[in-house]
Amino acid sequence: MSAQPTSAPLAEATGPYYGRFGGRFVPEALIAALEELEAEYAKASADPSFAAELDRLHRTYTGRPSLLTEAPRFAGHAGGARILLKREDLNHTGSHKINNVLGQALLTKRMGKHRVIAETGAGQHGVATATAAALLDLECVVYMGEEDTRRQALNVARMNLLGATVVPVTSGSRTLKDAMNEAMRDWVTTVEHTHYLIGTVAGPHPFPSMVRDFHKVIGQEARAQVLELTGRLPDLVAACVGGGSNAIGIFHAFLDDPQVRLLGLEAGGDGVETGRHAASITGGSAGVLHGSRTFILQDEDGQTVESHSISAGLDYPGVGPEHAWLAETGRATYRPVTDAAAMEAFRLLCRTEGIIPAIESAHALAGALEAGRELGPDAVILVNLSGRGDKDVETAARWFGMGEQ
Amino acid sequence: MSATVNTLTSATVLEDARAEGRAALVAYLPIGFPDLPTSIAAARAAAEGGADILELGPPYSDPLMDGPVIQLAVDAALRAGTRVRDLFTVVEQVADAGACPMVMSYWNLVDRHGVERFALDLAAAGGAGIITPDLIPDEAAEWITASDAHGLDRVFLIAPSSTPQRLAATVAACRGWVYAASTMGVTGIRSQVASSAHLLVERAREAGAERVCVGLGVSSRQQAAEVAGYADGVIVGTAFVRALAEADSPRAGVAAVRALAADLAAGVREGRAG
Repeated sequence: MSAQPTSAPLAEATGPYYGRFGGRFVPEALIAALEELEAEYAKASADPSFAAELDRLHRTYTGRPSLLTEAPRFAGHAGGARILLKREDLNHTGSHKINNVLGQALLTKRMGKHRVIAETGAGQHGVATATAAALLDLECVVYMGEEDTRRQALNVARMNLLGATVVPVTSGSRTLKDAMNEAMRDWVTTVEHTHYLIGTVAGPHPFPSMVRDFHKVIGQEARAQVLELTGRLPDLVAACVGGGSNAIGIFHAFLDDPQVRLLGLEAGGDGVETGRHAASITGGSAGVLHGSRTFILQDEDGQTVESHSISAGLDYPGVGPEHAWLAETGRATYRPVTDAAAMEAFRLLCRTEGIIPAIESAHALAGALEAGRELGPDAVILVNLSGRGDKDVETAARWFGMGEQ
Repeated sequence: MSATVNTLTSATVLEDARAEGRAALVAYLPIGFPDLPTSIAAARAAAEGGADILELGPPYSDPLMDGPVIQLAVDAALRAGTRVRDLFTVVEQVADAGACPMVMSYWNLVDRHGVERFALDLAAAGGAGIITPDLIPDEAAEWITASDAHGLDRVFLIAPSSTPQRLAATVAACRGWVYAASTMGVTGIRSQVASSAHLLVERAREAGAERVCVGLGVSSRQQAAEVAGYADGVIVGTAFVRALAEADSPRAGVAAVRALAADLAAGVREGRAG
């Protein structure tokens, strides 16, 4: 369980352990399925036809490669640094989530399974999963906290339109973590014909490395696009971190470029000092949740503490184990962004660039504004704009007090 | 904490039952449900009713191996302010009552307490060991060291889906006994004990397991008798929790637990008859 020797490229870490993090903390009943998944994924990775099919879907269905957009008016508020946006918001279904979902749905078919289940918070991963299930003719059940089904009724309707069944979860705190518990309970009963399509780089091995691999395309494209546009690598790459899938996806192409700083922005909620936040790295401690050892929000006894964020997609009390490792080794830096700072960046991008970002991605934008002021006018900052904000219009309108006259 | 030393190991208890020509009855109860004193009384009542081993569960916020009955109970126990440290008090009280107390805990609670410190505190309270539903031997290096150092049993689970290699490795890593999950699923009451249970016990024995207990879905005297026909121990959880949950008063709940234990204890004695 020791950390990788420093000579090995960081990007080659494949789990199950990332330093002291990761592993498989799940019931024995699920181990056979995890081993099957790991073996099938290894086979698929070595099979050119799998990569070709995924690439075809990326180009003809998702809309890849996603654009790189320079944001000069926005950057005017960041000390003059150049800010480049990786436009994952332009993907089909409106976020980076589709990259992983298509990969895992193809794997599900390869394993001969006909049903997928997923957990969702805001509904973005649920919608993406329902989309892939419709495309590839898979039965789809999405677990969603009862609280969230009310807050995100529109996404429930989207999933239903796509043919998925949405199951409201009434146990525990009735949010994302409980939806994940319920999906695990389903999976342990149905594992023979069902694949659990986890939506982030958390969970037991091989999920953290596999989901990361499906999102690596973000960083690979962005690296080439930045080089082409600026003739050099960026000074800093910023991404929001809930579970951390979009961040690890864009970070990975730069892990072994030590001159490129990697900055993960966690949901600071009302402020880490208030205890009402979702910053598992900045404000949490090492523990075991949902199948892996990582940084989690927990009390003195090890009970999971509820997270708080204006962004449903970041509202999770854990983080992917590879991020925990990158934080502990210092390769990446993680900072909290409060709801207020994220919403200010949200407003600013709308007004200066004509792009409504997801509130999740607005955390990364806020981090980029701050980092730009620190780095100075010559800096080049790459920001992962992981999703679009259509789903957040109501929340934003409420935040800014619009239509309340 | 008093200097009680565990005199009963779970292996001894299972061997004694075998010598009597029967299976042992293993009862699960969450601590702190419906409140701490009642959970202690219920555990002692289960022992008095005939449970040989008590599986005491500290409530956890994310019980992903449990069905709705136990989820609701541990949720209530947490809301009532039950702490992990209360566990050691309950263990001590159950040991004093002459039963063999074990702990059934999700791993993060042990991890957070500190594995070595948990083992020390449990041994001091007179506990016999820990059953770990979400810890596999592959991740258990620290616990294997600590349990050896403190003479504690470590019970890992095997499942119908376990591969032959994993079955052999898990059986070898267990100390005391092996927990065979009867079916692919979570805790709860089922109308029938899955046929996969019998096969799994046979596979475990072939892999070298000396003592195998069966859990998941066992709730009635008849099912207990059936499982006792091939297993060393019969584990019942949800039925006990439901008895407590459905009672009109804590007192009635404790009485219901005692009666259920007596009924199941009769069942585990019928399994090998004829």
